[in-house]
Amino acid sequence: MTSILLVAEFDEQGDVTQGALQAITAAKSLSDAQVTAVVAGDASGSASSLAVDGVVTVSAIAAADNGIFEQVTADLAALVVSSSPDVVIFSKSDFGSVVGARLAFRLDAALAADCIEISGSGGSVSVTRPVYGGSALAEFEIASSPAVLTLRAGAFEPTGDTGSPSVESHDGEATVEQRALVSDTVAEAHESVRLEDADFVVSGGRGLGGPEPFSVLTDLANVLGGAVGASRAACDAGWIDHSHQVGLTGKTVSPDVYIAVAISGASQHMAGCSSSRAIVAINKDGDSNIFKEARFGVVGDWEKVLPSFLATVRDLKA
Amino acid sequence: MTLRIVVLAKQVPDPETPPSQFKIDESTNSVLPPNGVPPVVNGFDLNAVEAALQLRDAGADVEITVLSVGSEFVMDAMKKPLAMGADRLVLVDDEGLDRIDAAATVKVLAAAIEKDGPFDLILGGRQASDWDQAHVTLGLAEVLGLPLVSLVQKLELDGDSIALRRVIPDGYQVVSAPTPSVLTITNELGEPRYPNLRGIMQASRKKPEIFSLVDLGLSDSDLSPKLELKRLYVPESNRQVELIEGDDEADSGVKLALRLRKEKLI
Ligand SMILES: Cc1cc2nc3c(=O)[nH]c(=O)nc-3n(C[C@H](O)[C@H](O)[C@H](O)COP(=O)(O)OP(=O)(O)OC[C@H]3O[C@@H](n4cnc5c(N)ncnc54)[C@H](O)[C@@H]3O)c2cc1C
Ligand SMILES: Nc1ncnc2c1ncn2[C@@H]1O[C@H](COP(=O)(O)O)[C@@H](O)[C@H]1O
Repeated sequence: MTSILLVAEFDEQGDVTQGALQAITAAKSLSDAQVTAVVAGDASGSASSLAVDGVVTVSAIAAADNGIFEQVTADLAALVVSSSPDVVIFSKSDFGSVVGARLAFRLDAALAADCIEISGSGGSVSVTRPVYGGSALAEFEIASSPAVLTLRAGAFEPTGDTGSPSVESHDGEATVEQRALVSDTVAEAHESVRLEDADFVVSGGRGLGGPEPFSVLTDLANVLGGAVGASRAACDAGWIDHSHQVGLTGKTVSPDVYIAVAISGASQHMAGCSSSRAIVAINKDGDSNIFKEARFGVVGDWEKVLPSFLATVRDLKA
Repeated sequence: MTLRIVVLAKQVPDPETPPSQFKIDESTNSVLPPNGVPPVVNGFDLNAVEAALQLRDAGADVEITVLSVGSEFVMDAMKKPLAMGADRLVLVDDEGLDRIDAAATVKVLAAAIEKDGPFDLILGGRQASDWDQAHVTLGLAEVLGLPLVSLVQKLELDGDSIALRRVIPDGYQVVSAPTPSVLTITNELGEPRYPNLRGIMQASRKKPEIFSLVDLGLSDSDLSPKLELKRLYVPESNRQVELIEGDDEADSGVKLALRLRKEKLI
């Protein structure tokens, strides 16, 4: 048996995240998996139908979005010590990246981030993770337990199953002193379609040359009912807010169609969009890497290609 | 009073190395140094150096120590933080230290920091562009038992604490951290400054202070990996692009849209 503690996150509406549903698929792929989901104290309602064997509520997870994660790390560490799972799984979200790493170091446990494949047998877990920006893949074997893993978004299909797990609550630890304090959270107004959930993403890169062209990309995204993304180079230049960045250190998207305009297709960018159903590239350099990843492409200047493309899409959609 | 800042900086292969130059020796599971492309200081670590320098620019009396663990250091690369304005470069330089995992790296960094003396702030990069783990800075905070704030994009001194902004997926948080703390710095902080001629001259005269493992009271047995690397390889891509060509570029745009419609993609 492989006992797995899976830390499941919920969104503001109280729905379990896609990342958590993907993690359930990943967890169940381990041999003879016994999966316990750890959920926020106040998400116990929606957690009661998760496709797992058991649910444990830890109230500090609900407050973890204060971004400092001290209490939740302490509570999860205590839970791991008392339940001694073989594997602890997080999504590689902001929460999962930080809490997963803190937990592993606090417990002197093995840690592997951003896994895209996991397998396990006989007390050891093997993982595959992209390294060098996605230029290479590394396979690791972890023989010690617990192994703390974070999973790359989109690497596993979200489970469609439901279940009726037993639910119990884990008492929080003594209140931990919050040493760094969050005084304010400033969030960008939500776009009509969230980038991570969009079926169409239109992304722009350094080759756009400035902020203005993003309005054409926004028009195209609106016609398609999608969202606007960007390369890190475009964000770093200040042409668009960093919350639009797609890639290894930005957001992971997996739309039906990903349209990359004037983006060279560096491995770190592709890390955020390679699970798209179809990548469409418009780039003036036929040798650029994006054409190795794209299904359809036009070699040309975006200033000439994009207006007629937008007009035709508009007609087709009318 | 001087604010002593330790910046963690790792030497990595240049991530801008063209893909055609990126090669792996599968018999040793290691990346072959690209021909003619020298290593660099990890990009996010230069952002961390920049963050420390911004505190100085704002009028604080700071001493900036750059700390790195590795082997086969290339001084032209490692002296860049000094040329930007950092005061000291401390290297833990010993054979094989370029291949240890995050847990071992944290042990060595913690020992070096303890040996080097008191500090008020530790700044690390968000992640290193070789193994893309984003573990070491977070792990160091745990091991040293210090407060931690990740993904810092802006910081300034506010009395005895640090006022900062932390990046979240759709915006930022305003945070106050005490000293000492550990912060991970992200590229949203802004481009690291270019060294000027005076900085380069000063850096060329400075000598790094070097520790060996023995100096830190560590031995190889302290550095055994928790993860065993079984295989390192370049994934194969078998995608084939279909290039759309029209009479001119505008026509290509029209044809691309029609092709996507035919494929029922739009
Ligand atoms: C650790 C690390 C993490 C990173 N994380 C990310 C990440 O999350 N996301 C990300 O995007 N990047 C990331 N990067 C950066 C990445 O390596 C690239 O530098 C970046 O993606 C390049 O952006 P770009 O394609 O817009 O710019 P460039 O590489 O400069 O490409 C611009 C492209 O525009 C084309 N072009 C120019 N003019 C025109 C025109 N008129 N018409 C059509 N095409 C034109 C050019 O042919 C070129 O291909 C990361 C890097 C590191 C080291
Ligand atoms: N060998 C090292 N020497 C100094 N700092 C390091 C080393 N490895 C990692 N770091 C720091 O830890 C950060 C995260 O690294 P990593 O966990 O490897 O992605 C880097 O950006 C550096 O600031």
